[in-house]
Amino acid sequence: MATQDVAPRRESPKTSFFNDPKVRGLLYQVIVIAALVVFVAFIWQNTLANLAKQNKTTGFDFLWDTSGFDVLFSLIPYDRSSYYYQALLVGLLNTGLVAVIGIVLATMLGFFVGVARLSNNWLVARLATIYIELFRNIPLLLQLFFWYFAVLKSMPGVKQSYAFFEAAFLNQRGFYVPAPLPSENFWIVVLSVVIAIGAVFYLRRRARIHLEATGNRMPVVLPAIGILIVLPALAWLLSGATLDWDLPQLKGFNYQGGLTLPPEFLALVFGLTIYTSAFIAEVVRAGINSVSHGQTEAAQSLGLKDGDRLRLVIIPQAMRVIIPPLTSQYLNLTKNSSLAAFIGFPELVSVFMGTTLNQTGRAIEVVAITMLIYLTLSLGTSAFMNWYNERVRLVER
Amino acid sequence: MAKMQQSYVRQEMVQDLPPPPASSGFVGWARRSLFSSISNSILTIVAALFVVWAGYHLFHFFILDAVFVAEDGSACKLKPGACWAFIWDRMDFFIYGFFPKDPYWASTDIFFVSAFMEYWRINVLFVIGLALLVPLLIPSVPGKLINALLFFIPFPILVIVLLNGGWFGLELVPTEKWGGLTVTLIIGLVGIVASLPIGIVLALGRQSKLPAIKTLCVVFIEIWRAVPLITVLFMASVMLPLFVPENMTIDKLLRALIGVALFNSAYMAEVVRGGLQALPRGQYEAASALGLNYWKSMGFIILPQALKHVIPGIVNTFIALFKDTSLVAIVGIFDLLRTVQNAAGNDLNWGAPTTSVTGYIFAAAMFWVFCFSMSRYSMFMERRLETGHKR
Repeated sequence: MATQDVAPRRESPKTSFFNDPKVRGLLYQVIVIAALVVFVAFIWQNTLANLAKQNKTTGFDFLWDTSGFDVLFSLIPYDRSSYYYQALLVGLLNTGLVAVIGIVLATMLGFFVGVARLSNNWLVARLATIYIELFRNIPLLLQLFFWYFAVLKSMPGVKQSYAFFEAAFLNQRGFYVPAPLPSENFWIVVLSVVIAIGAVFYLRRRARIHLEATGNRMPVVLPAIGILIVLPALAWLLSGATLDWDLPQLKGFNYQGGLTLPPEFLALVFGLTIYTSAFIAEVVRAGINSVSHGQTEAAQSLGLKDGDRLRLVIIPQAMRVIIPPLTSQYLNLTKNSSLAAFIGFPELVSVFMGTTLNQTGRAIEVVAITMLIYLTLSLGTSAFMNWYNERVRLVER
Repeated sequence: MAKMQQSYVRQEMVQDLPPPPASSGFVGWARRSLFSSISNSILTIVAALFVVWAGYHLFHFFILDAVFVAEDGSACKLKPGACWAFIWDRMDFFIYGFFPKDPYWASTDIFFVSAFMEYWRINVLFVIGLALLVPLLIPSVPGKLINALLFFIPFPILVIVLLNGGWFGLELVPTEKWGGLTVTLIIGLVGIVASLPIGIVLALGRQSKLPAIKTLCVVFIEIWRAVPLITVLFMASVMLPLFVPENMTIDKLLRALIGVALFNSAYMAEVVRGGLQALPRGQYEAASALGLNYWKSMGFIILPQALKHVIPGIVNTFIALFKDTSLVAIVGIFDLLRTVQNAAGNDLNWGAPTTSVTGYIFAAAMFWVFCFSMSRYSMFMERRLETGHKR
């Protein structure tokens, strides 16, 4: 064999001071941070000078001033004499309300359309495709304007309202629906429903433990339905609780009683639901497509029933692909609800960044609070996403 | 016994029978994909009824009951269909906004004046833009580098020079007068041109080993991504003026542009990061082994592959950006949507119940065409660039 001519290990060549990667890295960072500090100081200086020139005060004390404006729709008691922090709360709650309703509806519609797009039925698949491509490619704001100005605001006047079973009425002032009037002990019924749901979950758990221990199935579906119906019904009968409905009625020039959903709210919910459902449908389609057909065949060859195959093999794998983009769609929906500022529904941006900012002129404080709220929401969601991704990660060798 | 007649054994193969008519051609297709089972058939019938019902109404609204030619809204009041005459009449406004119509140097009594209105500036830009864009999009046209450089550097400058005026004897047109489709396209173009490079830099910064730079990029990206664009635009319109020295004013359109560009660059950064992370480590190591420095290895090895991976994501960001341009109305800019809304709501000449619906449908169609063609083009590019390295 040839002699192993190992070169003696050389000292690493002396690099000049400025070519040393460590020195360079440090230098770059120092330069960037210095530039940032100068930039921030410049902005700070300008802002102080500008504020001083405009005789504006700063600080968060304005939150405890009387707002003096009214809002169209509020979940908590609020009027002109309320304070700005209450206005902030109204906006926050309205954002939350729209987001929750929008998320629930958009998820249902989106899953429906997404599954329809994968349907074997050519016509249904085509219709779903048209739906997705149509609503995905039109700006949400335009859709909101369409629903608000072109559809809901051009509804007939009060006297010519569309009536649904003489219980709900739709006109240009909004949608009037019956409001529930629970009697004092109605909470017993609500409690029984909660207990029934808990019992069903317990039953499912027991059945699964039983299945894993013995291999035999326990009946679940029928007992569950039984519990869900019987328990609340018993509670209702025994407690003597009643649930009356406050029907809207035409009195004078407007409907009185019941619950009024203003057109701004309806337009926002329609627009957000339809726009987001088109995206969710694509997410669902991608998720289902990502589970290879081999999984179906493998499940069949293990002898799983169709329902079990979907429930235990296909859906868990599809969900792993679906959930992350679905969460970001939920977040998008929540952020998009801020477009309500254009049609005058009092959610966070509209009430706080719009009216409050105009009235108080505390631009920096208002913008900071609003952004902080959205930032919290967003970071919370990403924290959940990280936790979920960790949980469902494929465990590989 | 020995004389076994074997004539009943076939000597040659029989020709294949054609497939039964029920399983081939249109009938077979319909059986497979429309009427494969009872529930499927019911679904088909319901869907078909819906299509017929919707088609009937849409046909009536768009064509049969629509008003195509009219002087003012009175004709549209009589018919329940779309009021296309309104669109046609206000088309100039929808495309050019408040841009001055009358030429600065010609008096209006010259008969060919209409061809030489100040609109010519926008028209010239449309033509140049198309002439640069179309060859850029067709893969077989040579000279991509020069073409792209022309489109992304001198063309935006030309846009500003020509639209703003004030130079070379052109009348000065302040940005308040810009509007309509022109402004929508300007914001879209500037947003796209600015957000991609900023996004790439941010994504590289986020991957950086230098902690200060990494932290800065992460904070920047996460803050922009967390808030809705409308708050960014609000912020740009109320806070930017506070940030600059008091004798300096930032143009309203410029504020919106800064807001849109920074907002989308954060999204772009996350898309690009996806591409960077999808590349196997070997590529980074190979680039180092070749002795390339950081910028060369990024520019020649990493980014070309990473960007190719995420073309769909990049185009999706472009589409979202283009749709988001409609939000600039909140800071008082007359983009396409705002001009349509304004004309439909305030034009007394065209006060008919169907005017605003027609206007929104027109605006929706414009946006849809742009967004849909972008998404189709990205699918085409994805297929073209597919080199079989899918991981």
